[in-house]
Amino acid sequence: MTTKQQGTLRPEVSEQDHMLGPVGAPITLVEYGDLQCPHCRRAHGVLPRVMKRLGDRMRFVFRHFPITESHPNALHAAEAAESVAAQVGEDAFWKMHDLLYEHQPEWEDEPDDTRILQLAREAGADPDVVAADLNSDKYEEHVKADFMSGVRSGVNGTPTFFINGRRFDGDWTSVDTFVAALEAAES
Amino acid sequence: MSDPSTILQPGTPAPDFTLPVTPDQTVSLSDFRGRPVILAFYPNDFSPVCGDQLGLYNEILSEFHKHHAELLGISVDSSWCHGAFASTRKFHFPLLADFEPKGAVAKRYGVYREHEGTAARALFVIDGDGVIRWSYLSPVGVNPGADGILDALEELDSHAGAKA
Repeated sequence: MTTKQQGTLRPEVSEQDHMLGPVGAPITLVEYGDLQCPHCRRAHGVLPRVMKRLGDRMRFVFRHFPITESHPNALHAAEAAESVAAQVGEDAFWKMHDLLYEHQPEWEDEPDDTRILQLAREAGADPDVVAADLNSDKYEEHVKADFMSGVRSGVNGTPTFFINGRRFDGDWTSVDTFVAALEAAES
Repeated sequence: MSDPSTILQPGTPAPDFTLPVTPDQTVSLSDFRGRPVILAFYPNDFSPVCGDQLGLYNEILSEFHKHHAELLGISVDSSWCHGAFASTRKFHFPLLADFEPKGAVAKRYGVYREHEGTAARALFVIDGDGVIRWSYLSPVGVNPGADGILDALEELDSHAGAKA
């Protein structure tokens, strides 16, 4: 029986992805993240420092991986970020992504979408449109497609990182270690 | 870590077993003859990596069911411990207790870690005829994800399709 090598990103990064940094950068870092996950929030604190160190040599891609059995608000947070992106554009997506992580403790236990919608407004979107999109599950399929691509790529919890298409099982909590692993993939 | 050369390989008939699934019920591998079984050996209930791994499998049970496959988790913990673990994490699949004699099933599958006294983190996909079609031993600190399982189930389906 032939089996593909485990821990290989599929599909590869494309223009469908949310991407920061130059398209032709030699290092591509992909994160499968859950916006309600505390570890992803921690990674969100590490990543700007990693990106600063590597500059134009790296691009960063975010794909959704909401683990809804343990994070019941994660799916709506992801769908709201997609709604903001569709309404306002990619810059607003990243703003929403940042706001959701920064304010995670304020919405993670909320019984409804009130706080998420306030953040969508802050990111520049019309919160009524986002609310309608959440009610109609407009972006649920999109988010679930991201999730399944993660499953098929060997995502094993959140966050899971892929460096140039290979799953990174090392330590991302230290900027130095993370940068060293990314630089090793450059050549 | 157990020696990877000991893990049962594809093509080997899967050793049958009967293990407690609750304090008063047992399950046998042969109960599932006719459809694929995913055996997920893991070291212990409640240890962080195991929770993430099984939590991921729990989240994608419907993907396994598309292949008519049954997922069984196995560790050396007792059925009482399994019950507490499963209800805390809202697991919707059975956890089998390889508890007495300890690790006997893990040993037969070649995935017992003598020094630690637990199963290794190992995966098996067994076909409807009870033959191992895919096996994988993961480094114990690394959660293996589900990509290998789904690839193996797809291979099984395509093989079944070719035979029919």
